[in-house]
Amino acid sequence: MNENYNVSSSPHIRDRITSSKIMLLVVIALLPATFFGIWNFRREGAWLLVVVTVASAVLAEYIWEKLMHKPVTINDFSAVVTGLLLALNLPPTLPLWMGALGSVFAIIVVKQLFGGLGQNFMNPALAARCFLLICFSGRMTYFVYDGVTGATPLAKLKAGEAVNTMDMMFGNISGTIGETSVIAIMVGAMFLLLMGVIELEIPAAYLVSFVAFIVIFGGHGFDAQYITAHLCGGGLMLGAWFMATDYVTSPITPTGKIIYGVCIGLLTGLFRLFGGSSEGVSYAIIISNLLVPLIEKITLPKPFGKGGEKA
Amino acid sequence: MSRCTERLYNGLVKENPTFVLMLGMCPTLAVTTSAINGIGMGLSTTAVLIMSNMLISMLRKIIPDSVRMPAFIVVVASFVTIVDFLLEGFVPSLYDSLGLYIPLIVVNCIILGRAESYASKNPVLPSIFDGIGMGLGFTVGLTCIGIVRELIGSAQIFGIALPEKINIGSFHMFIQYEPLTIFILAPGAFFVLACLVALQNRIKRNLANKGKKVPAAAGCAQGCSSCASRGICGGHPEDGMPAALSEEAAADDAQDRKAENEESKNSENADTGKEGV
Repeated sequence: MNENYNVSSSPHIRDRITSSKIMLLVVIALLPATFFGIWNFRREGAWLLVVVTVASAVLAEYIWEKLMHKPVTINDFSAVVTGLLLALNLPPTLPLWMGALGSVFAIIVVKQLFGGLGQNFMNPALAARCFLLICFSGRMTYFVYDGVTGATPLAKLKAGEAVNTMDMMFGNISGTIGETSVIAIMVGAMFLLLMGVIELEIPAAYLVSFVAFIVIFGGHGFDAQYITAHLCGGGLMLGAWFMATDYVTSPITPTGKIIYGVCIGLLTGLFRLFGGSSEGVSYAIIISNLLVPLIEKITLPKPFGKGGEKA
Repeated sequence: MSRCTERLYNGLVKENPTFVLMLGMCPTLAVTTSAINGIGMGLSTTAVLIMSNMLISMLRKIIPDSVRMPAFIVVVASFVTIVDFLLEGFVPSLYDSLGLYIPLIVVNCIILGRAESYASKNPVLPSIFDGIGMGLGFTVGLTCIGIVRELIGSAQIFGIALPEKINIGSFHMFIQYEPLTIFILAPGAFFVLACLVALQNRIKRNLANKGKKVPAAAGCAQGCSSCASRGICGGHPEDGMPAALSEEAAADDAQDRKAENEESKNSENADTGKEGV
């Protein structure tokens, strides 16, 4: 009976799901893409890079929190998610120390310096990917598949060459570790949707606005093959379902989510079609992350009873 | 400490323009891609600063108060033009890499700030030493940032590449080093500046905790009675003494000094904000 007399501030109704459970669900959802990537790049030894990147993310978080005399939060799996997302965004041939450096940057500079989980202003994994991309542009765009160095399908698409969309769907192509197989990513994404971890607004708005941009400015009109190749190529699917939907760096209200998704879609299209490099998903997402506070400001819902008609 | 050496110490450590006052951020962030560029920029600014401080101090009783800013600008711009031509004539490679930032010394807020807050109110010799101290402080700051950025960003120190092989007797150590290109780009400047400022704050705090005499930046060189920001500062209102002198006077009690450090740290922002023209 006694707990009925507890006095506390709102919220009074709490869900049983916690941050660490959500993070665990995200890790589970990423497993199909991870295992496919490890299998796909078995000759390049991708599994070691994934292990090193995840381990150094967790270790960086542990050491930093110990040094700063803060409560150690490695049990909430958020560092595992960051490390895993970063690993899936790296080319399989990257030297291991670069993956570890990216993890340390993601955890310490992007996440902990701004106050830890829930305080980071942009997606740590993507910020680290961009950091590595600027630092080691050669290594980060050096793609090997099955022992053969070659351009990614997206780069071929940009150069106007023919690509095999079937291979892009299944993932038997070159690219970063986790981005190649659309089917593996979609399995994870469906799992997250069914578990209610992510909602449809952001990915839907992202993909629809991206396709609209491609149709209008792509120069191919409504060419289903061209559009499919763009949707399956590069990190678009991984970004749309796993990175853009990050709770910390995306808006809260449904309207805000749609605006945010459209922003990413248009920026991705802009970078892919008119930018210098063939891929632009990561830059599009972190730039839109920076817009989130502004989006939140204009989509702030009114409290009940406020701002009604003036008598 | 005599007044002149006090000025040198003030510029180099106590009110270091880069790490303490945070003045002149534009050249600090833009040209420090290598140590040589940092030294070149720092020394050019030092030269302009010494000459302009000297001339402005000489003319301080002639320049009418109402047009002092244009007068300062004319003085500074003349010296910058001289330095600009000298660099172009004698060190063209440095001139090319510094580029636009040489003419921009005219509007460097360290130079105008020193003219406004020190040289226009003090005799010639201390003003010259103030210029030397501030200029060298700026040079040291830029060079430190430049060394770190060059070392990490392009694996060189003062333009000399790091050795690929170290021989210790018959033992050979091969070093494979991949430079982090981001450090010679704009974000690297912010990373390095932030880390170095944090480092020097940490060193100063550690010294203060050990009860050693720590230079606290008060941001104001002259007495409080003539200071424009005495209303918001709250630094040393009771004694009306220059911050440096009052610190020496109160140097007996370590406890006292710690409190003073805290206090002047709080007032630092208000003061430097006033000074940054």
